[in-house]
Amino acid sequence: MFDFGAILKSLSEVGTTILAVLAIVVVLEAILYLVLVKWLKVKNALVYMLVSPAILGLLVLQVYPLVWEGYISMTNMSLSHFFNYSFIGLKNYVRVFTEPVLKQVTFFPLFWRTILWTAINVICHVTGGMILALLLNRDMKLRGLYRMIIIIPWALPQVVAAMAWRGEFNFEYGWINIMLKQIGLQPVQWLTSPVPNFAAMCLVNIWLGIPFMTVILLGGLQSISGEFYEAAEMDGANNWQKFWKITMPLMQPIMTPAVILGTVWTFNTFNISFFINQYELETSDILVTALFRAAFQYNRYGFSAAFAFIIFFILLIYSVFYVRATGALKGVKD
Amino acid sequence: MTTRNATLDTSTLEQKQPKRRKTNFFRANRGDSKFKRLIIHLILIGYCIISIYPLLRIFSVSLRPGNRVLSTDLSIIPPDATLENYKKVIDEGLLQWIWNSLAVTITTSIVGVIIAATSAYAFSRYKFKGRTTLLIYLLTTQMIPTAMLMVPIYILAIKLGLIGTYRGLVIAYSVTSVPFSIWILKGYYDTIPTELEEAAIIDGASPLQAFLKIILPLSTPALSITFLFNFSQAWNEFLIARVILGSNEAILTWPLGLNRLMGQYLVQWGQYNAGAIMVSIPVMILFMAMSKYMISGLTLGSVKG
Repeated sequence: MFDFGAILKSLSEVGTTILAVLAIVVVLEAILYLVLVKWLKVKNALVYMLVSPAILGLLVLQVYPLVWEGYISMTNMSLSHFFNYSFIGLKNYVRVFTEPVLKQVTFFPLFWRTILWTAINVICHVTGGMILALLLNRDMKLRGLYRMIIIIPWALPQVVAAMAWRGEFNFEYGWINIMLKQIGLQPVQWLTSPVPNFAAMCLVNIWLGIPFMTVILLGGLQSISGEFYEAAEMDGANNWQKFWKITMPLMQPIMTPAVILGTVWTFNTFNISFFINQYELETSDILVTALFRAAFQYNRYGFSAAFAFIIFFILLIYSVFYVRATGALKGVKD
Repeated sequence: MTTRNATLDTSTLEQKQPKRRKTNFFRANRGDSKFKRLIIHLILIGYCIISIYPLLRIFSVSLRPGNRVLSTDLSIIPPDATLENYKKVIDEGLLQWIWNSLAVTITTSIVGVIIAATSAYAFSRYKFKGRTTLLIYLLTTQMIPTAMLMVPIYILAIKLGLIGTYRGLVIAYSVTSVPFSIWILKGYYDTIPTELEEAAIIDGASPLQAFLKIILPLSTPALSITFLFNFSQAWNEFLIARVILGSNEAILTWPLGLNRLMGQYLVQWGQYNAGAIMVSIPVMILFMAMSKYMISGLTLGSVKG
């Protein structure tokens, strides 16, 4: 049950890692201190000493791998060419669009499916979250209890939720099909046929994502002063007008970052699509899961590196576009 | 100490609300008829059931005896409830997996918070060359899918001999959460008035002392939020762990361990659910208790910019 050898081993491994990190930081700071303070006598030396550990970490573990991935993406590295790979230029980037990414599925079906997946999820998260937030934003009994129960899917570890839901999508023993049968409907092949499987992914992710939006939007609603609504009432506005003319514009500063983040997160959601898709149907893959499979099931490292960059550029274009359009991030320069 | 209260107020936004809500249009006893209130309660109760039912199901399946794990029974507490599955999953190695996860998670959270705390302070207080570029870079990294970094990290880990070790996992985790942590902490430091450090420096403290002795203690709430974010991210992480730890049985973290119970061909459904309950309940309690602060941390980091 409990293996003390393994415990000691893990402790010593974790401990030495911390010591190594500490040693690197100390050496780095000492060098910076000697160079900047003693030798160059820079005025703001403290700033650079404060920032340097993070910069070093990001350089070594994020920038360097990315640059190196850029290089791999132009080689034919794969399991059979792991050490003796050769440079092939931009061929991989062309291949992503012309060859099947996995066994059969090509890039564009995956791309459109990911867009559909993101759109369905974000729209449902925001609408559902907004409805629940509006309902909760009033004095009433049990408000705290409702709020607490609604948060539950967010608090549940995603991996647990995804695997538990997959079990419940079982044709015979899952509660969804049992309930469908009880109300006289046909049970659905959630795990083995393409469209229901995609719908199952969406259902789970919507269930997981609504609590976050509810809580964020509720926080925003509560910071809107009631005076706006009073003034509008005096002018004879109805609830519908109040919502679109007062609530929505005042919620913009909360909604914009929540929607950007939500879109990027949904686009990059790995766990749900990976776990719900038990039988590895290529019709349920979205871009990130296809990327994982191309790299670790088909072992096409060079190809998947190129694929990864294409996914990243899609996200980058989206974000630049969205940031320009909404003027978010104005605060960065202060 | 008054400043401390002032800064804390941002994180307890909701507690201040009842006073203000008196004038709010959405308040119940103005215009809301009894019927409307009933409908609202019904909708909320309905959604609460949707929200909690899958969790109750996990609990219910975990109590089923081994020969009845697969059944079409929908009752929450099965008639022949037993803790057999809990015992089995512990024999299977659940405590070991939890321990492995804890060791990795706590280490990475501490390393991550320390690195982020110091650099966020520099970003908040000083203007220096490359500051804007770096901040924008940090935001951009939020867009990189984890799956994208997997290829180079996997190959580098093979070449450095880090496959199948916690070392590789700790290193990979610590850095992934740093950009987001810097944003949260910078947002919080921005709300602390600079006069505090200026006063300390006039009294003869060095800038570093002012940071360590005044700003850091004042930032305990934000530091604990950041720690929690890092913790929950590493605690629930599956993809990097799967790639770096591989299938080495002795060192699985709990997501990998539970996933093994749910193999494609052999599914230990009862044990999986028992494990899921044991892993989730403590985390969920912690999360619920801290959720208010976590949300304020999120909005501080993203909305304030």
